[in-house]
Amino acid sequence: MKYIDEYRDAEAAKQYSDLIHSITTSPWAIMEVCGGQTHAIVKYGIDELLPKGVTLLHGPGCPVCVTPVELIDKALEIASRPSVIFCSFGDMLRVPGTKGDLFSVKAKGGDIRIVYSPLDTLKIARENPSKDVVFFAVGFETTAPASAMTVHQASKMDINNFSILVSHVLVPPALEAILSSHNNNVKGFLAAGHVCTIMGYTEYEPIVKKYHVPIVVTGFEPIDILQGVYMCVKQLEKGKAEVENQYSRSVRRTGNQEAQNIIREVFEITPRKWRGIGEISASGLGLKEEYASFDAEKRFGIAEYNCEESSECISGLILKGVKKPHECEAFGSRCTPEHPLGATMVSSEGACAAYYRYRNISFEK
Amino acid sequence: MRDIKDFNLSCPISIQEYPHILLAHGGGGKLMHSLIDKMFMPSFSNKMLDSQHDGAIIDLGKVKAAFTTDSYVVYPLFFPGGDIGKLAINGTVNDLAMCGARPLYISLGFILEEGFPMETLWRIVKSVEQAAEAAQINIVTGDTKVVDKGKGDGMYINTSGIGIIEHNIEVSPAKVAQGDLVLLSGDIGRHGITIMSTREELALESEIKSDTSPLSDLVMEILEQGIEVHCMRDLTRGGLGSALIEIAGTSGTHIHINENAIPVSREVQATCEILGLDPLYVANEGRFIAFVKPADAEAALKIMQSTNPGASLIGSVETSPSGVVTMKSTIGTNRIIDMLSGEQLPRIC
Repeated sequence: MKYIDEYRDAEAAKQYSDLIHSITTSPWAIMEVCGGQTHAIVKYGIDELLPKGVTLLHGPGCPVCVTPVELIDKALEIASRPSVIFCSFGDMLRVPGTKGDLFSVKAKGGDIRIVYSPLDTLKIARENPSKDVVFFAVGFETTAPASAMTVHQASKMDINNFSILVSHVLVPPALEAILSSHNNNVKGFLAAGHVCTIMGYTEYEPIVKKYHVPIVVTGFEPIDILQGVYMCVKQLEKGKAEVENQYSRSVRRTGNQEAQNIIREVFEITPRKWRGIGEISASGLGLKEEYASFDAEKRFGIAEYNCEESSECISGLILKGVKKPHECEAFGSRCTPEHPLGATMVSSEGACAAYYRYRNISFEK
Repeated sequence: MRDIKDFNLSCPISIQEYPHILLAHGGGGKLMHSLIDKMFMPSFSNKMLDSQHDGAIIDLGKVKAAFTTDSYVVYPLFFPGGDIGKLAINGTVNDLAMCGARPLYISLGFILEEGFPMETLWRIVKSVEQAAEAAQINIVTGDTKVVDKGKGDGMYINTSGIGIIEHNIEVSPAKVAQGDLVLLSGDIGRHGITIMSTREELALESEIKSDTSPLSDLVMEILEQGIEVHCMRDLTRGGLGSALIEIAGTSGTHIHINENAIPVSREVQATCEILGLDPLYVANEGRFIAFVKPADAEAALKIMQSTNPGASLIGSVETSPSGVVTMKSTIGTNRIIDMLSGEQLPRIC
């Protein structure tokens, strides 16, 4: 299949592997930002092809993993109401809150539906005028335009039985939080190609200057990632710190203006709590005042909520790249995809779940 | 009277963790296997059940028979390439074929929901009739139940099947041995992707058809040619990946496969890419894997390819680490194939 096969080619993989080996003289820790990249790295065993000194750290770019536990609890509460049809992307259904997950709510009779596009929820709202239809709007800049468009359309079409539970988050503030953290090991980043398809990469230009780290906008196929690592190591070896674009078949410097416009029309930048990391200022999106009537938290009166995370889960250290999943005491024993202690074990993009599923057995413990 | 202490009244699956059945408990993955391993097997254990085959092999003195059962709850009832009736016949026929048996008789139980359209029932009955004729089996007994409106999803079908084993080759996971080669009868993922595309919530446009078909003729031909088949399994829920893991686990072997050798159609691959699914775990209803003696592999593959040119040799059986399936990826690295918890979920992005 075009745009797939050539990026999963063994010969090309070997060429990039050889190139990376030939230029690497020092150890480097590089963080891939996006969970989709983590998934590909672990699924294809890409680190087998890297020199020993080049370590890939798995970053905070999995929306399932960083959605705070209290928001999951809010979702559970809303979804449990008999008047509600709760719509979500598939992999949010298995994320544990403090009192179970959305699958359990479904098992008890909650009307929970998996949607592929947020816009589908408007159709559901129109077909079910006596129900409150709620969309669980999670994800980074990638999914935010579709959420924004859905709210915008609902407003234009006067669909009043629709609201969203928002937990959209932004990549650049998370990168700054990692770089300014006292235990930061990250020397370079592979930025998420699809986030940059929407937002472009001008936002990263001040970051590379301020922290002197290279950032390479990178795609999701094995060859994309190997090429991204090569470009990043090359900069590191030369002492450079620039933004480079490996994913040029999709990303332009200024991104997709229309998508950015719809985000700005509907959302404003807010502080946001990240699961396992804590609150990061100006790191999320919330509905603007003029769209507040579509805010599920306000509509259902559940804005104040506080929950405790499992104290054993080290997902915060994993999301910041300080620890690898198999270095956790609970990994593979008390914490498995069937019984996750934290969200990084839930999503197929979560670093812990990806390790659990794909790593060599001897590596696991 | 038996002392109450003789009974173990505590549920073996911790109710704190799963106080209710989830859909994933029927998804062919780890949760379903935990039900089987912790509840069903210890309660009902016997030699035939313990072999964990697609059906039970029963010794009736002079004849050996295979016996199997299955239930069909597919939604929607009609989909490109088939319907619930055709699926029920083919699924049961295939379970018997996987035991090395020639399918003979089948039972058919309908559970109908009050208000179900008579015309739809008739269409499904006719489809069952055609599928039974194509697979050369007779429906010899049946049952009809109607449940209150809202207590069923239109229609469910339950079947049982009996087949006869007319050769001396023991076909069972326990027979899988080091050196065996693994053959796959065609491209994977068609049924699962067809059902997913047909369901309203994903609204995907595609021309994929379910692969539902009876495998008995093909299997009988392989056995009649004297090919030493050690084990067969049809790839249903959980797909190729789960079937391989089940067999590696039951036989205590290590199965190594090559990703490049696994045929996946362009349509299935494209849909999987869009939804973030792995075709290895997508359901099939007309594909199987066969573990054969290396010397017989070429002949067996030839027979398979006469029915489906996409049939291929995908891997081999090694001894250690036991109970593990590994795969050489398209870029030449190796990874473990692990069983999923339940069904695959479309990813966010």
